[in-house]
Amino acid sequence: MAKMIEATINGIDITVEEGTSILKAAQMIGINIPILCYHPDLPAWAACGICIVKIEGSPKLVRACATPIMAGQKILTHDADIVNVRREVVELILSNHPDDCLYCPRNGNCELQRLAAEFGIREQPFEKNLRDLPVDRSTPSIILDPEKCVLCGRCVKVCQGMQNVWALEFISRGDETRIAGAGDIQLSDTPCIKCGQCSAHCPVGAIYEKDDTRKVWNALQDEKKHVVVQIAPAVRVALGEAFGLEPGTIVTGKIYAALRRLGFDAIFDTNFAADLTIMEEATEFVHRFTTEGSAMPLITSCCPSWVDYLEKYYGDMIPHFSTAKSPQMMMASLVKTYYAQKKGIDPKDIYSISIMPCTAKKYEITRDQNMYSTGQQDLDVSITTREFSRMIKQAGIDFLNLPDEAPDNPLGLYTGAATIFGATGGVMEAALRTAYNMVTGEELGKVDFEMVRGLDGIKSAEIDIKGTKVRVAVAHQMGNIETVLNQIKEAKEAGKEVPYHFIEVMACRGGCIAGGGQPYGATDERRLKRIAGMYKDDVQQEIRCSHQNPYIKTIYDEFLDKPGSKKAHDLLHTHYVDRPLYQK
Amino acid sequence: MPATAMEEFTITDGLMEFIHQWKDKPGNLIMILHRTQQEYGYIPRKIAMDIAKEIGVPLAKIYGVITFYHFFKLEKPGRNMVSVCMGTACYLKGAGDLIQELENLLGIGVNCTSDDGEFSIESVRCVGCCGLAPVLTVNGEVYGKVKTEQMAEIVAKHRGA
Repeated sequence: MAKMIEATINGIDITVEEGTSILKAAQMIGINIPILCYHPDLPAWAACGICIVKIEGSPKLVRACATPIMAGQKILTHDADIVNVRREVVELILSNHPDDCLYCPRNGNCELQRLAAEFGIREQPFEKNLRDLPVDRSTPSIILDPEKCVLCGRCVKVCQGMQNVWALEFISRGDETRIAGAGDIQLSDTPCIKCGQCSAHCPVGAIYEKDDTRKVWNALQDEKKHVVVQIAPAVRVALGEAFGLEPGTIVTGKIYAALRRLGFDAIFDTNFAADLTIMEEATEFVHRFTTEGSAMPLITSCCPSWVDYLEKYYGDMIPHFSTAKSPQMMMASLVKTYYAQKKGIDPKDIYSISIMPCTAKKYEITRDQNMYSTGQQDLDVSITTREFSRMIKQAGIDFLNLPDEAPDNPLGLYTGAATIFGATGGVMEAALRTAYNMVTGEELGKVDFEMVRGLDGIKSAEIDIKGTKVRVAVAHQMGNIETVLNQIKEAKEAGKEVPYHFIEVMACRGGCIAGGGQPYGATDERRLKRIAGMYKDDVQQEIRCSHQNPYIKTIYDEFLDKPGSKKAHDLLHTHYVDRPLYQK
Repeated sequence: MPATAMEEFTITDGLMEFIHQWKDKPGNLIMILHRTQQEYGYIPRKIAMDIAKEIGVPLAKIYGVITFYHFFKLEKPGRNMVSVCMGTACYLKGAGDLIQELENLLGIGVNCTSDDGEFSIESVRCVGCCGLAPVLTVNGEVYGKVKTEQMAEIVAKHRGA
């Protein structure tokens, strides 16, 4: 039990755990101290100075984010002096920040713009000093515009600390300081895994997703194109936030309706492909688990950032990687083969689009030749939830008042197992539901595996499949995977049995529900609400195990033969290569 | 400063021994970078990458340190380092004109290296002999009360020498 201490803030008595920052203590009693560099996902490091407060008896202003409150202290968070200093902090930041807000990707949701508005900044008292630095458009996923950077350091902390990727660092010093890869190389030459967590945490428009919506608009207008769309699991519990709904609100039916109004010719659900992924991956798992000498553990591969990370950082672990493509790419393969044949459409006339919570999915669609398994680019363009929300607004669609509609078939129906792909632990749980059936030939009574759910960085469990013990681990937030992989390496080097048989990895904290392309403002509180939405969608489904999806059965009967067949391998599987960390 | 092209460098035996000595000690990165610059005259990118692997420090961190301290150089300096003092006395006595004359003669500005790799120019603060202002040094050799007309001669003396 942590020690509790008493203090006062603005004359209000509070009792908090020792070590609580002044910022958090104030938030507990409804006092909002302004912040810019601080983010609840990250350790406070007092870069910007906007959160300064007074402590009675102390001549210095202190930064509330990084100062623990002490017993007996009397804190003052707002008075004329403090507000003046804060206003000056904003003015100083603005003195080297461009004023072209109207043309900025963060116009309307920029944290600096909001502060400037709240502090009523009407003029610039300081000399404007902008830095002419080149924009980095080298990756297909994110754009880095260092001229807009306020040096809050969130992206660096995320990239190095949370993700352990180390693509970004502060380069140089003083007023020359900027964010860049090692030695001013472009992002595509760094270890960047395109997860976009930098963009999700950036308070301003310095790092943002590459906008591909124009390609989608053009395709929709082209009468010769048959435009097919798929939506990922996590989009349905977060898109509503862009329209004022609570995080975790399930808006699947409204999304289908919005897509139909936008003019898409066929509306499919990535969840169907998630069910298919489970069929392929669970088959692969059961095969490896029951075949002596197979590479164990099996590691999931549906997260493209994780794939990129593994190829760069753990090339020696490639044999452990599931060869199953991600649900996005499985759907894409089927759209230009199975669906095209069924509809009698030349796959060249199909334009295939995905809506994803993820910036790395933009990279995945052309990552190697396996993404051209249909004889052309399998998926033409991938847009994020944020881009999709803008398209709905551009189209003048009254999203909140849309009726709930259904997707098109045969690639639209999904099970509860598929939808939980969007949350950390979901792929594992879905795979276990089907693996149990594949091993025993029986159905589970209770399909929930609560031990792999939730926000703990690494979750592990031993599952009893009728006497056979299967040890699993689930890791999310890229920086957490090192521990798990080191356990595997140590066991292998010592000639011991590996600690796990099956490992799920997602690059983003909480899984895809907090992906780099989701609506801004993800914190653990919001992540938990989105996760709750995913599991609610799971129990709402009549069918909750992938192998019971009737269209999955049909597609194997009509087209794919059986899980792991030659055709399945050609279309639904891929392979990996050891890649250098740095291209330059 | 752009990253220099990847040269074919390997860590010398002396540097490797030094790295192993320092690998597990606090402050190892700065010490190893100093030793590296002593060895090559700058920090070659290939060597920075090898150091990253040897001591398990991400390359981005290494570049954060290299670019933070002016001392560390990312590009190979010229065979001759011309350091023009821009301290107060030298500045007032026309050090700016000396730099201008060097630009005319060598076709390069401060913090640049001539294409033939012969000369680099840097500006430094007080060399400690203000009585001789304006002062410049070439590879540590001091020239005092320098006039612009003498510059061609000084350059010629060191070129190819």
